[in-house]
Amino acid sequence: MNEKPWMMSAPALTLFGVLLLVPLCMTFFLSFNSFGFYTGIENTVSMENYAEVVSDSYFWEIFGRTFAIALATTFFCALLGVPQAYILYRLSPAWRSIVVLIVIGPLLISVVVRTLGWAILLGNNGVINSALQNWGLIERPIKMMYTSGGIVLALTHVFLPFMVLAVWAALQRKDPAVEAAAESLGARPFTIFRRIVLPQVIPGILSGSLIVFSMAASSFATPAILGGRRVKVVATTVYDEFLNTLNWPLGAAIAMLLLASVMVIMLAWNRLVERRYGEALE
Amino acid sequence: MNQNGRFSQVFNILFCAFMLAPIVVVMGVSLTPEGFLEFPPSGISLRWYQAILDNPDFIEAAWISLKLGIVAATVASVLAVPAALAIGQGKFKGREALQALFLSPLMVPTVVLGIAFLRFLSLFGLNGTFTGLVLCHAIIITPFILRLVLAAVVGLDRTVDRAAESLGASNWTIFRRITLPSILPGVIGGWVLAFITSFDELTVTVFIVNPATTTLPVRMFSHITQTTDPLVASVSALTVIFTIILMVAVDRMYGLDRLLIGEGKK
Repeated sequence: MNEKPWMMSAPALTLFGVLLLVPLCMTFFLSFNSFGFYTGIENTVSMENYAEVVSDSYFWEIFGRTFAIALATTFFCALLGVPQAYILYRLSPAWRSIVVLIVIGPLLISVVVRTLGWAILLGNNGVINSALQNWGLIERPIKMMYTSGGIVLALTHVFLPFMVLAVWAALQRKDPAVEAAAESLGARPFTIFRRIVLPQVIPGILSGSLIVFSMAASSFATPAILGGRRVKVVATTVYDEFLNTLNWPLGAAIAMLLLASVMVIMLAWNRLVERRYGEALE
Repeated sequence: MNQNGRFSQVFNILFCAFMLAPIVVVMGVSLTPEGFLEFPPSGISLRWYQAILDNPDFIEAAWISLKLGIVAATVASVLAVPAALAIGQGKFKGREALQALFLSPLMVPTVVLGIAFLRFLSLFGLNGTFTGLVLCHAIIITPFILRLVLAAVVGLDRTVDRAAESLGASNWTIFRRITLPSILPGVIGGWVLAFITSFDELTVTVFIVNPATTTLPVRMFSHITQTTDPLVASVSALTVIFTIILMVAVDRMYGLDRLLIGEGKK
């Protein structure tokens, strides 16, 4: 057996083994322990945390809301990101480099900063409500802070660059000659987009959707700032169990359920994509 | 030439406005002379920038984030470059599993990583220490470096290596004089992306800091959830300016799209 690659990977492998695999396993075991208000974490093995989560409609609501928010975010990212990626692809190189900075650049700016911006925009006395009131379009402010809709809006902004990147990468792999052929046969731009371009970039849309969905389902900062205690999602619930209630075993069980459901959805999605578009992805 | 029709151009402008809106708003609010979040600001004042100087908490947190980003990105690079060379150049059993492992921090929900690190570090008394933060951040940012270095390694011309080897160069000389210079743009691009990711990281970090090692994003997050004053807007504006400078530098050097798609030269 060739040992050199393992020697070269050994330092990274050690770090990942000790500080990633071991902690994940420990968290998995932690989710079976029990917690007493006076006794702390007790080293028992039972399914009681999972039973508590599964039997309580409060947790069902949180999981339902989390996945609804993630699904809506994915939908809006695709709706806006796919056309934008196509526009980007057709821009002149000089314009493209500027628009790329604007569209993808926010990815590198802290989510906390971007969410703060949305909090200022969406508040009852925020920019959007004041503007609408000043123009006489509404009488009372529309409630957008502490709503799922506000979270979806901000998350769409946060994850749109990933969708644009994924679709753009797919656009660069497609055959430009087909488009030119359609154009020479007199197809209108929208028809070309819908009938020629869109089918070719579907693998890109699907892989972008997968990234957006999984990140949105586990997002923390945006729902924590825009939803607070009132609109809880799974990640903020885990945070509260760990750092406020201090019921670590229950928090670990909730986190494991999140991990499991995200993994199942991702694997199912991947298999679907591979079965349908296996050739296109190669 | 711009091939987009009028409808596309309007869409493009609206899209860019949407992407910039929250960032512009934060920058605008930071200039307000008032004591509350106000946009557009009624005047221009540096009052809230001055206020940063009276809040050593933020300055200290910024230093910690800066140090953490530099150390973690360097540690991750030192680990990821040889691993990427091994994965990218060798054909060996377990190669794909190894790559999947090193990319796995991207797949696991960050909140799960956060509690796993918290559980592990607290058992060994490392919770809240700078060492603990560096190691955990190194894990989170390794995938970014690995992807970019892998993309660079795959495009390498191996005949040059063999020529050097046949002329009697040692492995280390080959790495230093041939391999490293040709993958250097990927390594630097990866380092910067890793640094920015570490500098901005919140979800994992919020679990594993203590008051003495609070990073800038955690400090800003707890400030936002407790009070609303323009102080956090001026801090945010400074980090935005810092990020833009880094971003433009990377874009010139490496190409922002290539950096983030993680693909090699076309």
